[in-house]
Amino acid sequence: MTTEAADPVEAVAVSPAADPGFLQRYGTTIEYILIPGAALVGALAVFGIFVALFGKNPLDLYFYMYQGAFGTWFSWQNTLTRAAPLILTALCTALPAQLGMVIIGGEGALLIGALSATSIALAIPWAPPLVVQIAMVCAGVVGGGLWITLAGALRQYRGVNETISSLLLVYIGLAILNHLVEGVMRDPSSLNKPSTREIGAANMIGSIPGTDVHWGLVFGVVAAFASYILIYHTVFGFAARVAGGNIRAAKIVGLGVGKLILMICFLAGGAAGLAGMIEVAAVQGRTNANLAAGYGFTGILVAFLARQNPLAIIPVAILLGGISASGGLLQRRLGLPDASVLVLQGIIFVFVLASDALYGRIAFLKGKS
Amino acid sequence: MDFAKISRRHLLRGSAALTLGSVLGVRSAAAADTTIGFIYVGSRDDYGYNQAHAQGAAALKKMRGLKVVEEEKVPETDAVEKTIESMINLDGASLLFPTSFGYYNPHVIKMANKFPKLRFEHCGGLWSDKDPKNAGSYFGYIDEAQYISGIVAGYSTKSGKLGFVAAKPIPQVLRNINAFTLGAKLANPKATTQVIFTGDWSMPVKEAEATNSLIDQGVDVLTCHVDGPKTMVENAARRGAMVCGYHVNQSPLAPKAYLTGAEWNWEALYPKFVKMIAAGEAIPNFYRGGLKEEIVKCSPYGEAVSAEARKHADDIKAKLIAGGYTIFKGPIMDNKGKTVITAGTDRGQKDPELEKMDYLVEGVTGATS
Repeated sequence: MTTEAADPVEAVAVSPAADPGFLQRYGTTIEYILIPGAALVGALAVFGIFVALFGKNPLDLYFYMYQGAFGTWFSWQNTLTRAAPLILTALCTALPAQLGMVIIGGEGALLIGALSATSIALAIPWAPPLVVQIAMVCAGVVGGGLWITLAGALRQYRGVNETISSLLLVYIGLAILNHLVEGVMRDPSSLNKPSTREIGAANMIGSIPGTDVHWGLVFGVVAAFASYILIYHTVFGFAARVAGGNIRAAKIVGLGVGKLILMICFLAGGAAGLAGMIEVAAVQGRTNANLAAGYGFTGILVAFLARQNPLAIIPVAILLGGISASGGLLQRRLGLPDASVLVLQGIIFVFVLASDALYGRIAFLKGKS
Repeated sequence: MDFAKISRRHLLRGSAALTLGSVLGVRSAAAADTTIGFIYVGSRDDYGYNQAHAQGAAALKKMRGLKVVEEEKVPETDAVEKTIESMINLDGASLLFPTSFGYYNPHVIKMANKFPKLRFEHCGGLWSDKDPKNAGSYFGYIDEAQYISGIVAGYSTKSGKLGFVAAKPIPQVLRNINAFTLGAKLANPKATTQVIFTGDWSMPVKEAEATNSLIDQGVDVLTCHVDGPKTMVENAARRGAMVCGYHVNQSPLAPKAYLTGAEWNWEALYPKFVKMIAAGEAIPNFYRGGLKEEIVKCSPYGEAVSAEARKHADDIKAKLIAGGYTIFKGPIMDNKGKTVITAGTDRGQKDPELEKMDYLVEGVTGATS
């Protein structure tokens, strides 16, 4: 699927080479597309060799990956459905990254967001659906937001490493969820699968008309665009990037770094919390342990592959959604174990991280050749 | 979604089939084309829950005219809906076995409503009249086999202390713990069962810790109810304790320490289902059974099982198969001294009260919350 995507990019990169002005202007942008594209092609090639070692035809592999991820309208919907939560959870890592923080606890914010959203929906069963849904969005954002703000505050006021604290908060979040779901919030009729009561069919947000893809995708895309504008086109975002570049310099010029950290953490957690709310309101209809499906952790991978750029998160999430959508077909048609998809994700991750070293080093793209 | 199938391969295959059909004359295409989809929540070689289902799927692969497609490690989110649709749209599956408990509500129900002509057989769910008619839930009274394991364990223990590594204090698990303990008390009225809950279905590290901790406390025969008993079986055998297996036969993992075990007999049930469908019989939407109905079975005895234990266990097994033997026969006290089944009350296997079990019987050390 990606070979086709990468080729035209190379063509674009090559054809206007005669005009150095063009390259000077767009060289960096082209670099941002070309290098990850090449890394992806390289990763797919290595994965092909890996699969060939198991006696499978790599061409079959590429064909099935393409078919399973993007080959049919159904496959597209499958891919987009899987991508939807990843866009939001990736923002949970990408936003704090602007401040130089590595937050990897999106999963915890997702769970707390889901729990908060479910609680509010169960608390106001008499309200009209639209009110319940808006209340759920607010509760999800606030719940998830406060959860990651906790990690930000620990870092700001107590000097606790935010990577460790946000990761540990995942397990605390899961424990709280399990405790409530198996305790006070348990629906007594959920005998062998402890769950909360259902929020009710009327309160579900449903699918985008004409598709099977739930509204989470739209929420994700809007949030990604909003984050992009916030980071690159507002004073607030500029301040955040300054603080991320050099925190002492930011303090010297009088930026409120502490406030920035807390606000960015709140927004980041809010995005993941929103993902949790959507899982409840569009998919599960209630809260139980099923929500801990690892979207928060895959989101970290998405954010790093997108180089923490909120806009790049959208295609990367779709790519990873596609890989996981095609994983089933690889299992069924090629008899590959499920872990092969993880192998591919791992190879892509290594290639993209390694390709980081290439930025700014391709002389050709600087228009100096 | 039919254009999903128009790939070059399909065309080739289709035309080949046409040619073959016209050469060989009329062949029942419908019978030869039944595709059955199996979906597992974990890995299909886990020596546990998923492997038991995969063994059932393997039995179907041996039957003529059936094609089996399998997908493992599918989480209990909308991913399972997409897997089901993918099996239907891309593989042409007409009978589906989504085998994990958490798939049922809302995912399987949703898919059964969406594809009313296809058949969905779900393991463990509680089908009710409100649910779609083309969905069914089947499960087995595996506590009967646990009861037999308990008898064997009661004869085999020297310390009189038995150990049970359990996932969650939900009715199904409590019922197994209680049946195992009641069985052990038949053999050795002083036997006690110490239970440790790990909190989730697949927690290998906690399962190993629980196993070690039980053995440190003097337990010399262990069993479990988690998704993959491999960790418990291997660790217990290494420490010199004996084990009773669960889900599938784990004796290859610990040939000397393995006494017997409570196994699913899906390799008998699944071919039966397929034959019923082929014969035009309706599979009851709510399908249950135990040793008698060949839905569960006991592992063959290991060499360490005494002749006395074999005789007693075989005797009870024969009674259970003949019918009329009750495991949960009053008076039964819980481990807090409260009478939970009064004298004279027989709670037979199909008694709905047993589906709500929330206590541990006298002789079990541990708490449900």
